[in-house]
Amino acid sequence: MSFGQSAELLARIQFAFTVSFHFIFPAFSIGLASYLAVLNGLWLWKKDAAYLKLFDYWKTVFAITFGMGVVSGIVMSYQFGTNWAAFSDKAGPIVGPLMGYEVLTAFFLEAGFLGIALFGRKRVGNGLHMFAVAMVAVGTLISATWILAANSWMQTPAGFTTNEAGQFVPVDWWAIVFNPSFPYRLVHTVLAAFLTTAFAVGAVGAYHLLRDSSNRQARTMFSMAMWMAALVTPVQIFVGDQHGLNTLEHQPAKIAAMEGHYETHQGAPLILFGIPDDKAEKTHFALEIPKLGSLILGHSWDAEIKGLKAFPPDERPPAFLPFWTFRIMVGLGMLMLVVGLWSLWARFRKTLYTSTWLHRAALPMGPSGFVAVLAGWYTTEVGRQPYTVYGLLRTSDSLSNVDAEAIGASLLAFIVVYFIVFGAGVFYILRTVSKTPEGEEEELHEGPTRAAGITPVQQLEAEGKANV
Amino acid sequence: MFELSFIWAALIAFAVLAYVVLDGFDLGVGILFPFFPEQRDRNVMTNSIAPVWDGNETWLVLGGGGLMAVFPLAYATVLPALYIPIILMVLGLIFRGVAFEFRFRTQRWRGVWDWGFALGSMTAALMQGIALGALVQGIAIANRQYAGGWWDWLTPFSIVTGIAVVVGYGLLGATWLNLKTTGDLQARARQLAIYAGIGTLALIGVVSLWTPFLEPVYFERWFQWPTAFFSAFVPLLLAVCAFGLWQGLTANKHLQPFLSALGLFVLSFAGLGISFYPYIVPGALTIAEAAAPDSSLAFLLVGAVVLIPIILAYTGYAYWVFRGKVDPEEGYH
Repeated sequence: MSFGQSAELLARIQFAFTVSFHFIFPAFSIGLASYLAVLNGLWLWKKDAAYLKLFDYWKTVFAITFGMGVVSGIVMSYQFGTNWAAFSDKAGPIVGPLMGYEVLTAFFLEAGFLGIALFGRKRVGNGLHMFAVAMVAVGTLISATWILAANSWMQTPAGFTTNEAGQFVPVDWWAIVFNPSFPYRLVHTVLAAFLTTAFAVGAVGAYHLLRDSSNRQARTMFSMAMWMAALVTPVQIFVGDQHGLNTLEHQPAKIAAMEGHYETHQGAPLILFGIPDDKAEKTHFALEIPKLGSLILGHSWDAEIKGLKAFPPDERPPAFLPFWTFRIMVGLGMLMLVVGLWSLWARFRKTLYTSTWLHRAALPMGPSGFVAVLAGWYTTEVGRQPYTVYGLLRTSDSLSNVDAEAIGASLLAFIVVYFIVFGAGVFYILRTVSKTPEGEEEELHEGPTRAAGITPVQQLEAEGKANV
Repeated sequence: MFELSFIWAALIAFAVLAYVVLDGFDLGVGILFPFFPEQRDRNVMTNSIAPVWDGNETWLVLGGGGLMAVFPLAYATVLPALYIPIILMVLGLIFRGVAFEFRFRTQRWRGVWDWGFALGSMTAALMQGIALGALVQGIAIANRQYAGGWWDWLTPFSIVTGIAVVVGYGLLGATWLNLKTTGDLQARARQLAIYAGIGTLALIGVVSLWTPFLEPVYFERWFQWPTAFFSAFVPLLLAVCAFGLWQGLTANKHLQPFLSALGLFVLSFAGLGISFYPYIVPGALTIAEAAAPDSSLAFLLVGAVVLIPIILAYTGYAYWVFRGKVDPEEGYH
């Protein structure tokens, strides 16, 4: 089952496929965990039942998302060995300990306190429960920090030497963790996770406001989400620009691919749209704004921007994917900014909860964060090609000694299983958030939304008759 | 002996053992699902492990991620050698992991996720056992790469170890249910624990007698003076645990059978350690050969020494919070 493809291509597709799914869930759960901590904190502080209801409402979504993140993550932790053994052998001494720290400082923390956060409020009391919720949120952020340190090191390696076995040997761990692209990538990715959650929560709020604009919980979640969108999107755009300048400094070939430039220019145009063609070494149908590319990247009208032809052909990334995924990400970022500013205007006009057009706009923006996160991820990862460790270890030298048939067969298995399992998971999430965030009973110590997994039997049986 | 690589070998062994005994009982609960067709029982069964399974499975990630960090060469050769069992194991873990949430989110598809939970648990357990058996048999390595075929792992011996792990996890699961449940469910779990206990002991016996004849090194280790003196302790203690299991189950004790079953696993694991040492991949790679550079080992060791005790403390606390019998009427609200 090699589908006529090489082992390398199949292994890359398998990695891209599994990591795409894996990335979606943490991008959501990083933001949701912090959101839950804020909601629970507000509930304890203000004793406003709306916050508790929202906590219980989103808790269910978090439980489903987190579970899918865990199981898709186990796949990742073993895939390095099954498909990328040479990479693991060579880069394991550096990437491995960073991921080891992720497990020790983050995964255990999340898993250890998740049970208490989801099911334990009554058993441990409000104080310890709040602590557990906070620990889960902190855990997701620590996790992001370590995995982005590892990923950034692969993009901009530093602090190492090599031994006779061809392994990367750590020399300076500080330099390894705080490698040149790490601070930018970390901030950009964590903000992306927050924005992803904000727009997902905002869309759910908008959906329920469109049905009933007086719903208290829908108002609260929409308002919180729109504050996030309005305040964080501009920051994110600024951080993204800084990240791009950092990439220009350390990975100019990636920038050339993102910009669709094959020629080196003094005063490079900004290509808005076009079709980059690596074989012809030009971007067809390019719609350009003269000199703007140099202004954005070089902060001067005549700054020199290197094109792909300035690099040997076997050191160039393919241009088409980074070019287009980058535009999708930036385009969505601009739409987010529009919605965020619109919400500020509506808030100022006191129509935040009644402006149907704003709600109609926020609704389709629900998945925008997920798409933007994936698009940005493809930009940076495809832009790193043809290397796994940039400039040092080629993707073609990173593979396991594996038959294409074995990788093709496992790829097919992953595709089938992921679509069934995660398709069902997404369906359950959508069904959960389609229910009105309304307490059927005014029970202040515990809202009506049950935690997944732990369910009183009689309640379940009663529900079974009403439910699908 | 105070080499960093040996300390790490001990820590990785500890992580794997922690995984086997902890996820062992919750996979075991899944393996036993077909014996409990009632929804009511199944809800109690999943509720008994829902707050802790995720933490249990994290030890598997530590085992995998840790192996890549400190023994990258072992990670890079063992996983390709066990390609098919590893893929099937993670696919099994996907189905059983999501079932915790999914089975409560639907009526119509409940049965599908219940089967996913049971078959996923069984597949994961079977593949872990097969992977273990294949590792004990040895793996062909040349030029820092796996040098064998794609089906080398599939032998009569690995199938027996696979079945042994399924039955053994079933025993852990049954004794866990005996500890956490009441009434009819508990009574049936106890009955199943007796069958699974007999099966586990028989399979431990078969594997133990078979192993020394796979490799001359194993034979020497177990049957020649002076190591035979130490290795004789393991079967002796196994007998003690077996008695504890039998006595606890027949005298209707709640905790003792579970602890005895854990003891069986710890001792079997110790037996494997005696066979393996000083190799990490038997016959092919020693602990020292597979180890990452000292700068990697030292960096992660600092964290491990500080963090593992903390992890054990809050994991223990989480178990303590959810201690006692699962109340089928109340849930955890």
